[in-house]
Amino acid sequence: MLGIGNILWADEGFGVRVVETFHRGYIVPQNVSVLDGGTLGLYLVSFLQLADCLIVFDAIDYGLPPGRLKLVQGNEVPKFTAAKKLSLHQTGFQEVLSAADLLGRCPRELALIGCQPLDLESWGGPLTRPVRAQIAPAIELACELLAQWGSPAKMRTVPLPETERLLANDINYENYER
Amino acid sequence: MRVQTPNGFTTDNSGKRIVVDPLTRIEGHLRVEVNLDADNVICNAVSSGTMWRGIETILRGRDPRDAWAFTERICGVCTGTHALTSVRAVENALGITIPENANSIRNIMQLCLQVHDHLVHFYHLHALDWVDVFSALKADPKATSRLAQSVSPWPRSSPGYFKDLQIRLTKFFDSGQLGPFKNAYWGHPAYKLSPEANLMAVTHYSEALDFQKEIVKIHAVYGGKNPHPNWLVGGVPCAINVDGNGAIGAINMERLNLVSSIIDRSIEFVEQVYLPDIELIGSFYRGWLYGCGLSGRSVMSYGDVPENANDYSTKSLRVPRGVILNGNLREVLPVDHGDPDQIQEFVAHSWYKYPDEFRGLHPWDGITEPNFELGANFKGTRTDIKELDEGGKYSWIKAPRWRGNAVEVGPLARYIIGYAQDKAEFKEPAERLLKALKLPVTALFSTLGRTAARALECQWAAHQMRHFQDKLVAHIKAGDTATADVSKWNPESWPMEAKGYGFTEAPRGALGHWIKIKDRKIDNYQCVVPTTWNGSPRDPKGNIGAFEASLIGTPMADPGKPLEILRTIHSFDPCLACSTHVMSPDGQELASVTVR
Repeated sequence: MLGIGNILWADEGFGVRVVETFHRGYIVPQNVSVLDGGTLGLYLVSFLQLADCLIVFDAIDYGLPPGRLKLVQGNEVPKFTAAKKLSLHQTGFQEVLSAADLLGRCPRELALIGCQPLDLESWGGPLTRPVRAQIAPAIELACELLAQWGSPAKMRTVPLPETERLLANDINYENYER
Repeated sequence: MRVQTPNGFTTDNSGKRIVVDPLTRIEGHLRVEVNLDADNVICNAVSSGTMWRGIETILRGRDPRDAWAFTERICGVCTGTHALTSVRAVENALGITIPENANSIRNIMQLCLQVHDHLVHFYHLHALDWVDVFSALKADPKATSRLAQSVSPWPRSSPGYFKDLQIRLTKFFDSGQLGPFKNAYWGHPAYKLSPEANLMAVTHYSEALDFQKEIVKIHAVYGGKNPHPNWLVGGVPCAINVDGNGAIGAINMERLNLVSSIIDRSIEFVEQVYLPDIELIGSFYRGWLYGCGLSGRSVMSYGDVPENANDYSTKSLRVPRGVILNGNLREVLPVDHGDPDQIQEFVAHSWYKYPDEFRGLHPWDGITEPNFELGANFKGTRTDIKELDEGGKYSWIKAPRWRGNAVEVGPLARYIIGYAQDKAEFKEPAERLLKALKLPVTALFSTLGRTAARALECQWAAHQMRHFQDKLVAHIKAGDTATADVSKWNPESWPMEAKGYGFTEAPRGALGHWIKIKDRKIDNYQCVVPTTWNGSPRDPKGNIGAFEASLIGTPMADPGKPLEILRTIHSFDPCLACSTHVMSPDGQELASVTVR
């Protein structure tokens, strides 16, 4: 489960905030990894090579109204690249996928859970209200996929200790948007 | 109009204008406009781009000890370098020192990033400006094998190996996906490699992509995780417990040995793959020595990688430090980040507002107030600019200057300064490579020289990693396991007001952060990044920046396919911009290109 995007750039942070929130609320089986991929672009290829199935969360320009969530699967995934890429020299995720393919190891199952952003211009800005509202539905969609793929997530019964959160040092979701 | 710039270039904007512009209008992109003379030689260049205006608004009021985590997110390429610069700035402001082991570990982290970034930049972002992937499909695998074995002992060089790669590549293209190879100018006359050299280089493109993931495991060991390793004001966040067996986060013998083996393999890869490739590619392009720009005149390096903890003197810094002006290699001038008269940023040609547009501001007093206005002679509309007017404001990048001088930063600048300081570790490898290519020393001042310096530095950095790893292990064996000094961790121990700076040499050049702390919170924070130096617009006196200077005098084979522009701009490893399209003089779109 890979969240990508730049948390400093308003709705571009959607993907990372979804995996962060998911990790706080759910436990996954041993064979599932939850990764904050940030804007690492091509550097993410090695993580892709390790995965049999991949769920990517990102802000996507589908040309839909802001805040609309859309799931895309399989061969459809590479057609959609992120709405705004400040990633490794602007490497779109599509290129990361084909680089993995070129190396001969690409995930068998691909799913992209994307949200149409409202604001990508505000440097330092928070997630906008319609995009923020899609974090929970995005997690629900991901849980359904995990269950279909035989590795269901479970709600945490004991809260995740602060030291084990995905993001810390004031860039975690609630402190960043204080 | 012909203009003589104070820094020694002649520009002429009367000929036809070529615009290489971002696909989208948003920040983070680079736009380059050039004028061509009747022979299609570039006679004027205008570089326009954006950087992270406003990091200070995000950081104001935050805890200085967390600033590194924010700056690490500025972009995905210089992550660790920004974090290191940030913790150094805070330590400088608050008078915090770090233990020797922390210095060694930080150096290894920084050098690791250097090795990784140089390798990835060359093979995955820059090589395709020199290597024609389609030509590789026509290569004879047997001849490729002979070629490979003649330049390197690297074992993966059999005819069958190259044949396999060729088949994989053909299948990849036949499947309709060009992937990382799309939007390039395959078959362009400025490509010079033989099909066999192309096949070898493309094969190493694929090997490097596979190998780069090994290198960054070092970040996971010392930074606790990767991506986004952890940093700490006062030292490094990893504890050392040599007898431990895998306690979370602690460094034990097993992990030290893992790092050691990755360093060995990195040295081997750089020496047996990257360097021989550079020499081979250089031999085909030894006649293409354009792109000198500022490199032959004014260059700067802040220096980095302190041998001794907390000692940032020129003597302690392993990466050369200083400034060379006007091509005077006999004098390397000292840099002081705290001197308000040295490093200053100007905005006369940038989309910002200063109280006095003709004066520069030192970063401690930096102001970032947007002011988007276009010069009187721009063409198009405010939201759809066809042609910028370099006589007015034309870039989101400020123009940083050192004592009023435009300088080039990056690996080539560092090598020129090391060379001028007569340091054998920089001078000798450069001379060996030049000799092998039968080129004079002045050939270094070029696009090819920039690309070669990066490769030489990658080798140097890999060996320096070994040095600091050995030093770390020796210290640990002697019983020193300290990795952090937390005596000033508590904000109660800080003064009510403080200011400081931190600097590093990022893979692409000099990086500085300046911080002001008030009431134990961040009051002002300014980053001056390498691409601000290299990609800067003109300053109030009319000095052109490094990108602009480097393009002047370059002939273009086909103005509609600006491969030469991409090649030279990429040789700086710019940290912005990439999706671009090419516009003809009348604004009609000619072609699309993804700049990498």
